[in-house]
Amino acid sequence: MSQEANQEASHYYVPAPSPWPITGSLALLFMGFGAALSVNRIPLGYGLLATGFAILIYMLFGWFGTVARESESGKFNKKVDKSFRWGMSWFIFTEVMFFGAFFGALYYMRMHSVPDLADVEQKALWPDFTGEWPTAGPGITEKFMPMGPWGLPALNTLILLTSGVTVTWAHWALKLNKRGQLKLGLFLTFALGFLFVGLQAYEYGHAYSEMNLKLSTGAYGASFFMLTGFHGFHVTVGSIMLFVIWCRVLKGHFTPENHFGFEGVAWYWHFVDVVWLGLFIFVYWLI
Amino acid sequence: MAAIPDHDVVHGADHAHDHHPTGLMRWLTTTNHKDIGTLYLWFSFIMFLTGGVMALTIRAELFQPGLQIVNPEFFNQLTTMHGLVMVFGAIMPAFVGFANWQIPMMIGAPDMAFARMNNWSFWLLPPAALLLITSFFAPGGAAAGGWTFYPPLSVQMGIGMDMMIFAIHILGASSIMGSINIITTILNMRAPGMTLMKMPMFVWTWLITAYLLVLVMPVLAGVVTMLLTDRNFGTNFFNAAGGGDPVLFQHVFWFFGHPEVYIMILPSFGIISEVIPAFSRKPLFGYSSMVYATASIAILSCIVWAHHMFTAGMPVVGQLFFMYGTMLIAVPTGVKVFNWTATMWRGSMTFETPMLFSIGFIFLFVIGGFSGVVCAIVPIDVQVQDTYYVIAHFHYVLVSGSLFAIFAGAYYWLPKWTGHMYDETLGKWHFWLSMFFFNLTFFVQHFLGLAGMPRRIPDYALQFADFNMISSIGAFGFGMTQLLFLYVVLKCIRGGAKAPQKPWEGAKTLEWTLPSPPPYHTFETPPVVK
Repeated sequence: MSQEANQEASHYYVPAPSPWPITGSLALLFMGFGAALSVNRIPLGYGLLATGFAILIYMLFGWFGTVARESESGKFNKKVDKSFRWGMSWFIFTEVMFFGAFFGALYYMRMHSVPDLADVEQKALWPDFTGEWPTAGPGITEKFMPMGPWGLPALNTLILLTSGVTVTWAHWALKLNKRGQLKLGLFLTFALGFLFVGLQAYEYGHAYSEMNLKLSTGAYGASFFMLTGFHGFHVTVGSIMLFVIWCRVLKGHFTPENHFGFEGVAWYWHFVDVVWLGLFIFVYWLI
Repeated sequence: MAAIPDHDVVHGADHAHDHHPTGLMRWLTTTNHKDIGTLYLWFSFIMFLTGGVMALTIRAELFQPGLQIVNPEFFNQLTTMHGLVMVFGAIMPAFVGFANWQIPMMIGAPDMAFARMNNWSFWLLPPAALLLITSFFAPGGAAAGGWTFYPPLSVQMGIGMDMMIFAIHILGASSIMGSINIITTILNMRAPGMTLMKMPMFVWTWLITAYLLVLVMPVLAGVVTMLLTDRNFGTNFFNAAGGGDPVLFQHVFWFFGHPEVYIMILPSFGIISEVIPAFSRKPLFGYSSMVYATASIAILSCIVWAHHMFTAGMPVVGQLFFMYGTMLIAVPTGVKVFNWTATMWRGSMTFETPMLFSIGFIFLFVIGGFSGVVCAIVPIDVQVQDTYYVIAHFHYVLVSGSLFAIFAGAYYWLPKWTGHMYDETLGKWHFWLSMFFFNLTFFVQHFLGLAGMPRRIPDYALQFADFNMISSIGAFGFGMTQLLFLYVVLKCIRGGAKAPQKPWEGAKTLEWTLPSPPPYHTFETPPVVK
């Protein structure tokens, strides 16, 4: 809300007509129909979904490539930079709200619907249900083991927290123009990110094969896999973003003064970090 | 309110580089806020007619008791899709269209903050609309669980429901990008001197609306995702046997759904707050209280969602909280209505079409607001839940509220957008016919609802026959009247009296300092607001 950027206002960069948004819309048209058919096991859907995804990747390369070139050629002034900051902040806020819906569902099931199903009023229907968490609910009697916090999840916590440190270390390096430390810090960050995702995948395999813990394991399984799954997806996307920033650093992009691309991704990375802490406490620890 | 700068703000340089692709490619690739605003407005009008045809099919079926025209399954699809198309396809995009055209011009900005993303926000709408509309032809037909798609019904339906879910995902992405763009534009791109408390009221209402959108659209995305996985991937969020609860859906849905109704009304408050002062030739009465009232409504709207769920089972304490919370919204809303009235008080008023629609808005929106307070009272709500009383209530706020404000705004700004004056006589006809047929359609539905006629049912008991016939006649009259609006708009685009820079002498905001129509790029050098 600054008024001091006045002297630059006449130079606010308004991009020329661009083919990328409509390409993205075409991608989502394919993906929307493809996904609707795919979830109903209609083979045509898989092809449409894959086509849409390919178009989306093409669009992302084209669009972000354009923005990176515009940035490097100095088209963005301070006011544009401020727009990016507002935009990224509110985007992360919407991501918080998205996770909020799933955390809300977890709390609701755990504190309200599950105890309610064990209430005296429901005894006629489910006499043996005690309502203790973790549970697959009164109607799913298959045995399963819950995922405890110590072991892999604790290791993953350490990995993500360390990656938060390395990305900050890289940021310091960028500000002091120490390019070697910047490259190393970023490399470590996305390497830790991918390691996290790999360990998470291993944990999922273990849950399915050894613990009989599945997506269909009632309230616990649904909240466990949907929360950790969406988080894992965000870590994957964040790691790819960090990788792209690393590639840009290798090409010599960013200056100590001008590097919002880096900062935006770092903000996003801290966001997935914080979500993980919530997950570690409420999904893994307090069971 | 913003003062008009005292120097000419349009420089010759502004015209120098408005080269852009022509024909279809202009519209597919445009990054211009005026082009994108136009796209939004035409899209919303097409969706308005589409949803309108569904509404008229519903009213044709309800013209007489018994089943005449459509089978019950298709009737359910129609009520569902009518709601979704009107909410997500007609009303919301229309307001975003206004935002695109007006916000940059009203705050003295060269364009929206993210011009390319702005294009994407619009062009995501047609794929989503295509998913919604073509779902009618999918096996099992379109989604038919009501626009609120409660489980367990929505868990059981066919592929049409999945198409609707993905359509909502895409619409949500569009809304989120659009609202982030609007927030950033307003916070970062105002002309020098335009402090927040000098912004036009329309800009203020959209800023607050955009905050509501970033708050609740992701939650809608979350809840439809849970529905998707419950349907297709074996999760048990809404299944009691798995420890979930269908009522969980209602909570999460209405956490989105209630702010959503304010998302559809706050921008119309903004439009009315521009039009009333212009035709009363007085500044808006109580500008700052309008800002605070808008913010209060937005905040309160986030903590009243469960008033949609009084009959779903809730502790008495919860019912009381949500009842009183809901009634509290009447206070800031009352502040607004009194401020508009006070603005007109002793004003030098004239009654051109935008003003007529605004006064019609105040009159009918207040009726809708009052019936809303009636619905908020728990013991009465238990009686009127899912009856035509509720239908009457929300059509009074959505049609004679949001839609009338859209008409008011369209007539108000058409001279600026097209450079021509619209046909005032036909505009007045449009207003009076809309006013008459709207009330004919919906006023009687209050009585139907109080007498117990349920919503979303294609047949009804004989005692409801007369009022239903009246309502259907009104609906067809209202529908035909909107074709008159289309004619007025087309006529205005093609020609008519040349519109001056400022056709409304009482108008004060920055867009009236530009020529009519404005050049393709405006305010590349920002004006200075005193």
